[in-house]
Amino acid sequence: MNDLVVERLERPGLAPIQGLTVPAGQTLCLHGPSGSGKTLLLRAIADLDPNEGAVRLGTLRRDDLPAPEWRRRVIYVPPESHWWEEQVRPHAPQWPPDWLSRLDLGPDILDQPVRRLSTGERQRLAMVRALSRRPAALLLDEPTANLDDENTRRVEALLQDYQHAHDVPLLWVSHDPAQRGRVANQNRSIDGGQLS
Amino acid sequence: MNGSVIPLGPYELSLAASLLLLVGILSWRLQMGVERRLLVAAVRAAIQLSLLGLVLAQLFSTLSPWLITLVASFMLAVAGYEVWSRQSRRLRGWWGYGTGALSMLLSSVTIAILTVNVILQPQPWYHPQYLIPLLGMLLGNTMTGIAVAMDTLGRETWNRQGEVEARLMLGDPAATAIGDIRRAALRAGLIPILNSMTTAGVVSLPGMMTGQILAGGDPMQAARYQMMILFLIAAGTALGSTSAVLIMSRRLFDPRERLRLDHLH
Repeated sequence: MNDLVVERLERPGLAPIQGLTVPAGQTLCLHGPSGSGKTLLLRAIADLDPNEGAVRLGTLRRDDLPAPEWRRRVIYVPPESHWWEEQVRPHAPQWPPDWLSRLDLGPDILDQPVRRLSTGERQRLAMVRALSRRPAALLLDEPTANLDDENTRRVEALLQDYQHAHDVPLLWVSHDPAQRGRVANQNRSIDGGQLS
Repeated sequence: MNGSVIPLGPYELSLAASLLLLVGILSWRLQMGVERRLLVAAVRAAIQLSLLGLVLAQLFSTLSPWLITLVASFMLAVAGYEVWSRQSRRLRGWWGYGTGALSMLLSSVTIAILTVNVILQPQPWYHPQYLIPLLGMLLGNTMTGIAVAMDTLGRETWNRQGEVEARLMLGDPAATAIGDIRRAALRAGLIPILNSMTTAGVVSLPGMMTGQILAGGDPMQAARYQMMILFLIAAGTALGSTSAVLIMSRRLFDPRERLRLDHLH
């Protein structure tokens, strides 16, 4: 099974972490004050910052894979999305129309210049962009931070459907207790770089 | 018009220098604030060129390979420093200096040695009358291209780190994530030589050709030498910028292909 397992992890800014498991198909919500190390933890798991440790996805050990392949399977979605092309479309191999419409995004948005879009539109597009790579696990850093209630629910529903269809573990950072109540199977908190 | 060089003495030179005096007075009157730098630059040029004249005279008379190597290494070392100093975001430690210097060694020095061996074939091949001016021209020009390319790469990566990391997060390899910036850096490095090839002989009379014509050389021969030098410079700049951009962009990542801006400063 594709459990996401952090056996141990060390990086600057965090106390050494031992034992963090997100079972396949389940959601572990992480909360804590800002600056407590949530982003540091997620970036380290995705191997975006220097870190030492043993992390695996099912039986697949992170250090046995080239880093880009690991990151394609275990995608980190940051709170603020960045775009490198002028228009939306070239940022993903495909944009499933069904996902776009479920997030209330019209198909013509793909040919718009990114800088004309609102923060909320960009955040929802970034979610489709990440899902279109077919990740086997997701590290979500405040995925609904800039969204209104309605769109928050839409993103949650899309993520959960994808999760259940592909048995995907979600490590989900959320400030909102109500959201954690809706999506979490487990909750952990982090404070001052210490996971508890 | 053969070999008839009108000799320049101290009197003739001081006439040319007096023009700089005028510029200095102008700068002082208009408060441009460059008179000091003008003085320093002019004195530097005078001392450096006189020394070069002395050194070349010595080289021509002894033909010592060691002395030639020493002079060439000195030129390369200074060019390496120039490239280093022209970057706003450079690699930390020896990488910052080494990347530019190595790229110039690979491009300019190799091409200069190749040229005297294959194209010009003087006796001996390292005859300083050919090797040193050729190397000087190549270094001077590839230096600009390499510096521009490295500066662009460092600055753009710094400014667009969010974009580069966004691609890494989605699983793109480092080479893809920085591909656009790499191409922009190479293009920027090649633009000066492309411009000077485009306008050569139409707008600008290139320095080498001017020199040969002033020295009484045959204009057609001078034009051929100039063409050769332009081609060599273009090849050297392309080669040097490519190697500098490849080495530097590799160093912007670590073996796990993480973007490491802490390698810049």
